[in-house]
Amino acid sequence: MRTAISTLAVRGATTVRQALEILHDEERTPIAGATDLFVALNFGTLTMRRFVDIWNVDELRRIAVDGDTLVIGALATYTDLIRSPMIAARLPMLAEASRLVGGPQIQNRGTIGGNIANASPAGDSLPILSAVDAVVVLRSVTGERRVAFRDFYTGYRESVRRRDELIVAVEIPPVPGRQWFRKVGTRAAQAISKVVIAGVRDGQSLRLALGSVAPTVVRARRAEAALAEGRSIDEAVDALRADITPIDDVRSTADYRHLVSANLVRRFLTETR
Amino acid sequence: MRFTLNGETRDASSPPMSRLLDVLREEFGLTGTKEGCGEGECGACTVLVDGAPVCSCLVPLVQVEAASVQTIEGLGDDHPLQHEFMNEVGAQCGICTPGMIMAALSLDEHPTLDDIKVALAGNLCRCTGYAAIYRAIMKAKSQ
Repeated sequence: MRTAISTLAVRGATTVRQALEILHDEERTPIAGATDLFVALNFGTLTMRRFVDIWNVDELRRIAVDGDTLVIGALATYTDLIRSPMIAARLPMLAEASRLVGGPQIQNRGTIGGNIANASPAGDSLPILSAVDAVVVLRSVTGERRVAFRDFYTGYRESVRRRDELIVAVEIPPVPGRQWFRKVGTRAAQAISKVVIAGVRDGQSLRLALGSVAPTVVRARRAEAALAEGRSIDEAVDALRADITPIDDVRSTADYRHLVSANLVRRFLTETR
Repeated sequence: MRFTLNGETRDASSPPMSRLLDVLREEFGLTGTKEGCGEGECGACTVLVDGAPVCSCLVPLVQVEAASVQTIEGLGDDHPLQHEFMNEVGAQCGICTPGMIMAALSLDEHPTLDDIKVALAGNLCRCTGYAAIYRAIMKAKSQ
């Protein structure tokens, strides 16, 4: 049964400062495009009751290049990412992934900050942020800190974000080499990933991350190491088995996810050769 | 909570975290917008907020304050998309139709079939079949 609307309290913010003061004063969940949160509300699984609405904090919509770093504001929607010339130039696989998130209605509302905060293992932008060694920018009334994406998640749907902190941006250092993204789902649109993968290949340097195959997005460290040591594709794919811990669930099975992950890594290695 | 609804300024008194879908249907009696899945998968509840298609089942009322919301009723009853959906039999049970039409509004004139498929990727139909829907949109957008 749907969550009773009358039990929900919301305060609005139009600046980051306002949002941070509200988060400092009381425990509230930030709400942006609501595409995950309202699904929980419709299913009656929403546990939070108090929210701070940040949808109108326009300063967080900016996508910019600062020095050699691409800075994506937390409220950049998938539609913003698809349309941004800066994303097209520097991180085209993020635009590609954004086109595969839901349909246009979801792309118009879902945000990259929300994808990070929601912390789903199936979040489609997350393998990309992992593979490019992104940095999550967290801000509170006491200041700002930058957390390497690899250190951001601490477990299934858990992260280092404190309750008084807001994800304000994600920073992308330069990404030399080829970018490669694949999402495997039931269909192209409106599908939650069975396996999602992002890779970057710059000569002998390879970076690979996968989603929907572990409690959090994972970097394929063992497979990367095998390849860095000059071992064969078969050996790298063997190593990958220890990088991921897929499960059987409503969308797929552990066996299928192992097989598809291995096949995707093979394709990445042959297509970017 | 003031916003523009089909071109007119309106004040909503529903709680701020109400689903826009319920506000439209229950407070304003605009039942053209349908609820299908309630999880953003089917697009039956598609409306335009500031011109962009969104799933009204996933939008809290508070987030359309000062925005412009357009529903299927805002088209009147003489819109080319409506005529072509009838001419091409692009509707059977009709539940998906208002959402299909609202999503199709975002297309530029003279779209390709691929453009139409991408624009409607967030809208599911379980009975008519998509061929008639795409044909209706192609005709309406090529006049």
